[in-house]
Amino acid sequence: MKPTIRKLAGIAIALSLGAHASAADLKVGFVTALSGPGSSIGIPYAKGIQAALAYKAEMSGRKIQLIQLDDASDPSTAARNARKLVEEEKVDVLIGTSGVPGSMAIAAAARESKTPMLAITPMTLAGDDSAWTVTTAQPVSLMISAVVEAMKRSGIKTVGYVGFSDSWGDLVYDGLQKSAEPAGIKVLTNERYARSDSSVAGQVLKMVATRPDAVMTGGSGTPGALPYLALTERGYRGPIYGTHALINADFVRVAGASAEGLLAPTGPVVVAEQLPDSHPSKKIALDFRAAYQRANGAPTTDAFSAYAFDAWLVLADAAARVSPKLEPGSAAYRAALRDAIFSTKELAVTHGVLNFKPGSPYGADERSRVIVKLTKGQWILQP
Amino acid sequence: MTWDVALILSIDGLANGAVYLLAGLGLVLIFSVTRVVFVPFGDVAAFAALSLAAFEAGKMPATVGLVLTLAALAVATEVVALVRRREFARIPMAIAGWGLLPALPCLLAWLIAGKPLPAAVPILTSILLVVPITPLVARVALQPIADASALVLLIASLALHFLLSGLGLLFFGPEGSRTAPLATWVLSLGDGFPISAQVLLMITSAIVLSGLFFLAFERTVTGKALRATAVNRVGARLVGIRPARTALLAYGCASLLAGLIGVLISPVMTMYYDSGLLIGLKAFVAAIIGGLTSYPLTAVGAIAVGLVESFASFFSGALKDVIVFSLLIPALMLRSYWATHSEEETEEVDQ
Repeated sequence: MKPTIRKLAGIAIALSLGAHASAADLKVGFVTALSGPGSSIGIPYAKGIQAALAYKAEMSGRKIQLIQLDDASDPSTAARNARKLVEEEKVDVLIGTSGVPGSMAIAAAARESKTPMLAITPMTLAGDDSAWTVTTAQPVSLMISAVVEAMKRSGIKTVGYVGFSDSWGDLVYDGLQKSAEPAGIKVLTNERYARSDSSVAGQVLKMVATRPDAVMTGGSGTPGALPYLALTERGYRGPIYGTHALINADFVRVAGASAEGLLAPTGPVVVAEQLPDSHPSKKIALDFRAAYQRANGAPTTDAFSAYAFDAWLVLADAAARVSPKLEPGSAAYRAALRDAIFSTKELAVTHGVLNFKPGSPYGADERSRVIVKLTKGQWILQP
Repeated sequence: MTWDVALILSIDGLANGAVYLLAGLGLVLIFSVTRVVFVPFGDVAAFAALSLAAFEAGKMPATVGLVLTLAALAVATEVVALVRRREFARIPMAIAGWGLLPALPCLLAWLIAGKPLPAAVPILTSILLVVPITPLVARVALQPIADASALVLLIASLALHFLLSGLGLLFFGPEGSRTAPLATWVLSLGDGFPISAQVLLMITSAIVLSGLFFLAFERTVTGKALRATAVNRVGARLVGIRPARTALLAYGCASLLAGLIGVLISPVMTMYYDSGLLIGLKAFVAAIIGGLTSYPLTAVGAIAVGLVESFASFFSGALKDVIVFSLLIPALMLRSYWATHSEEETEEVDQ
């Protein structure tokens, strides 16, 4: 018996030494919604991270350990998972999550534990609250202002608005009002409908009765198709606009011919093949496509997975600038990594170019948005 | 508001009202025979719509898996019950009735999936596919507690709704679908009042089906048996009507109605795995206006709900549902003022 025990003890010591030796790995904690109502967006984010891991599994000579947790689309679970990752797994950086409320909850946990966080959704953080958090997503106002510029170019003077009766509908409406006024465009209506509504006939009638030059909607995914279907039914033939939240394959399937000619802003990655060679995102976006295909065995159909991929690129860029003397797993390393992330300069990612500065979580500028037009079921880049 | 807007809104409201009318008939039918407010009614309609969408996409609908799972559960429940009563001779019949019969539409679906066929075939198959769902669910979850109080039954059916919509998410995924219209031509009423044939079809189906219901209840023996059970379960048993049998029939009819609703509305509404609840709830408001017993009053209530919903969406889109559900308050006040109160039956009736 005794030799067996000794052998086992030997194995255990060897294993613990092995574990100790790999402690210098860079640990990444990733939270996303793999279940619950937000899973239709959360799952693409998870696939994007898999693509990123396939693209780059080592950063400045260190192996990456990715620990992924599901938050079931619940902000409090997201915060709990973030704390678990920080306290039990001692991760060096947090990435997540697919919902805005959940991301805000993780940002609070990141600030408390002094762990850098890379968000992948728009965030409303200011000042000290964003001291440990940056996001790879574009601010909503930046995207909406692109739509307003496109309207101005087409000589549109009045626009009717219909959107969700939730915070997304509010965000889009506020963004539209803010940029429409200086452009000399009047927003005529503020009609709302619920995500679960089966008909928007009344709201659309009211909007069409004001005779707007164009219509803008604040919806997302398949429920966002409803106003376009109702407009077609009422014989509306004017120009239609939308937001980047509409761009996925299921929206095109449900909206069908009624969304033909729809103009919407989005990240360059959605139309990577159509970008001019001089565009900073072209090469990396095509690399992302290839990595995604390799990791998931299917082509990309959404813009969400690319945000997660971009977070990985930001991390790789920042990790390379952290002094090699610092070991991951220490507070000093995390602080240095945070400083490196906030000094990111001109980093080309799939959604444009990122420049982070302390004081704001956003790093995107005009290069991170393009206007696309839905033509025969395909998104076509507009000059 | 101008006349043309009012006209368009009325037509939209009538079309919605027609759907609530059919759903309300199903709810009243189940409630009057079994005292169950069948909350998952709308889910069954949504499954029919999603099945049709799957057929149109050339795929095998996930409903098949759902029906087969439920059938397996029902067979198990029935066999256990028979073994306990030591009625072994009836086991083969139970397997045939609860296991093989529901599998027939699945077989049909398997045969036609992915084949180019005239539109009527997948539509009929989608309806047939969902017909077994309600009886099977009721056999597994509601029949064992058929004599519990109405409140217990309501809570059980609410739980069933969450179960079914959870299964819906698992089988159909979170994204919505629309199907091709059953009829494409447009009737033009004068200048600028297009009425799509789909809307006319919805209204006509509602009228024809409620007419058929009326005839079936007034003129056939089975209909009279259903009514008898609704009036008094003990009395019905004394004259040789088996409550379990009539309940099964009521669930089957309601399921058929749900299937019809599903294929009727899927071309005009984007259906999600959880769209059914709102349809069911609005039909419930209509059924409450009818006191959960009267078919004609339910019809009036359904049309009222449809019209109020349509006009409310014009005046205030965000408050639309609040306005519709507020209809319940005056409806309940009027009913409690006029209706004669009867003590809830307390007799225990075993199957």
